[in-house]
Amino acid sequence: MKIKGAQIIVESLIKENVEYMFGYPGGVVIPIFHEIFNAPIKFILSRHEQGAIHAADGYARASGRPGVVLATSGPGATNLITGIATAHLDSVPLVVFTGQVSRDMIGNDAFQEVDITGITRPISKHNYLVQDIKDLATIIKEAFYIATTGRPGPVVIDVPVDISNSMHKFEYPEKISIRSYKPTYEGHPGQIKKACRLIESSKRPIIYSGGGVIISDASEELREFVKLTGIPITTTLLGMGAFPETDPLSLEMLGMHGTYYANTAVHESDLLIAVGARFDDRVTGKINDFIPDAKVIHIDIDPASVSKNVMVDVPIVGDCKKILAAMNKEIKPVKIDEWVKKIKKLKKENPLSYTEGKDENDIKPQYVVEQLYKLTKGDAIITTEVGQNQMWAAQFYKYTQPRSFISSGGLGTMGFGLPAAIGAQFARPDKKVIDIAGDGSIQMNVQELIVAAQHKLPIIIAILNNGFLGMVRQWQQLFWEKRYSHTCINFAPDFVKLAEAYGCVGIRVTKKDEVADAIKKALKINDKPIIIDFNVCREENVYPMVPAGKTIKETIMRELA
Amino acid sequence: MIKRIFSIKVENRFGVLARVAGLFSARGYNIDSLAVSKTEHDDISVMTVVVNGDDRILEQVKKQLNKLIDVIKVSDHAPQSSVQRELALVKLNCPPAKRGEIIQLAEIFGAEVADLACKSITISINGDPEKIEKFIELSAPYGIKESMRTGLVSIQRDKEK
Repeated sequence: MKIKGAQIIVESLIKENVEYMFGYPGGVVIPIFHEIFNAPIKFILSRHEQGAIHAADGYARASGRPGVVLATSGPGATNLITGIATAHLDSVPLVVFTGQVSRDMIGNDAFQEVDITGITRPISKHNYLVQDIKDLATIIKEAFYIATTGRPGPVVIDVPVDISNSMHKFEYPEKISIRSYKPTYEGHPGQIKKACRLIESSKRPIIYSGGGVIISDASEELREFVKLTGIPITTTLLGMGAFPETDPLSLEMLGMHGTYYANTAVHESDLLIAVGARFDDRVTGKINDFIPDAKVIHIDIDPASVSKNVMVDVPIVGDCKKILAAMNKEIKPVKIDEWVKKIKKLKKENPLSYTEGKDENDIKPQYVVEQLYKLTKGDAIITTEVGQNQMWAAQFYKYTQPRSFISSGGLGTMGFGLPAAIGAQFARPDKKVIDIAGDGSIQMNVQELIVAAQHKLPIIIAILNNGFLGMVRQWQQLFWEKRYSHTCINFAPDFVKLAEAYGCVGIRVTKKDEVADAIKKALKINDKPIIIDFNVCREENVYPMVPAGKTIKETIMRELA
Repeated sequence: MIKRIFSIKVENRFGVLARVAGLFSARGYNIDSLAVSKTEHDDISVMTVVVNGDDRILEQVKKQLNKLIDVIKVSDHAPQSSVQRELALVKLNCPPAKRGEIIQLAEIFGAEVADLACKSITISINGDPEKIEKFIELSAPYGIKESMRTGLVSIQRDKEK
């Protein structure tokens, strides 16, 4: 029996067990929407395509399953670009369907035509333009396979409208094999042995764990590895939660706004064990001074990440979970008592801190995050926007579970947090989801509030409102002669009224002693989103800070008088 | 800056050339020469890319090439261990009085006359890049009206035991 291309798409999604799909309709995707109408797939209608793709991204990061997106051609497709790039840089599995004008119109500057495979080529893991209906099911199968295997990433499928409308037999391939795409999962046994011996002979080892550990669900193996070896561990922004930050061996986050003890320990180490991390410049600072005395073991599924920024002594290409499991069997005890003692002292003497405000009513943004942590008992899923809010959320909320911190790390996409929170809440209805936002970022995709309200999602949007684009303002203050060029945004909407206009609850907090009560009140609401507008100290800065391209020795610890 | 020759076996599909070229152009690298053709397998094409650049960055490009889904294999071709050829067409100013001289020069290089007009002559020459360079150098005094090259193709030598 022959069915329409649009039906083939929907049937394929059912075969892939797709539960949620995020998107927005338009002319050339009407045939697909026509079939989705009665399909057993929950379709979440965003209010802007960017909202749809970030929601799919949040869904994928919270659940570990691929996010699926559908948008129309032209502007619908170009509105997805930032979301595709965001997912690409953070290795998030997405399958993105875009509509395309019919094949005979392609290249004619037809209405709502763009070359989306051309545009997304450098920002997607792979992409397809469907040119023949007989390839459609295979392409979808391949797309899911490519998106979710190896180092995951977004895959785009561009579907011309005449393909959606033409008829073909539906046969979904059971298995797929792509000769030019064979990710390596098993680590090389010789390399694993070599790494273990190097670890056993090291005096000052540090584990530097990244998002790859969370992606490969290797959190348990990582914990076991730390338990067996007693080696202190720091994580990247996206690696937070893989190892409990409440553990004495956790040094929390490293990098530009990482803890002083994490950065110092890494700098002084004689062996850096990188697991599922890629030596991003926000981690290394000035690369030549990053780890002067350390050898490097690098476990990563992506061979292109190895020796990209830092030369690696023992690379192990493969899946973090499998490799850590193998190392746990191979490793013998290490003797690093002195080193651990030194690090614990370092940790005690240089805690993350902030000063109280001049006035007792002043609300420090860090205090808000601390209260969110305390009142949720560290059990919430936190999404963030980008900037100061993101860094405070990273520093002052302690993450103990994988997939509990969702943030745009690589691309640094403002406007990510709210739609990502929506996706995360669909993935984890059992969890409290909080978007820690800034007053700048929240305005970038604020239209998605209505989606959260429509679906009665009790997401808390905690706006750390300082009337500034705070992170850029901080740089302007520290490095650009305090010329606050276009970073003051205190001509702002009334966020409480805005919440109400969208059918949400709005709470304004202007005094420190109201912070906890507002959060408690918000936590009790379970049928609609809540915006809490925290009017925080306007010129608070994020510390510690290793200025861009500088070394750990040049860390700014606190406000200079 | 070093010169590298990448021989890239790819799936014979549309869009692959753009993916490969994109990895170079995204890093601001100009491809010195590029030749794309079919191979002994209908579904596989080969691209020979000659590029100058920083060795470390080109090593990264090579890894990224390997990551492309449509790329089957990337090889480095060192001049010593591979056979390399290209073809050039060179149109020279050629008044009748100079014809004999130019044809003689071409013969020395094993090149042939591809076209002859009243005031010009077009020479077709193939061989390794050094030979072509040399021919172009020696023919320059006659006045080169136009010249173009196909780009290098390269095949690895088999090792004799």
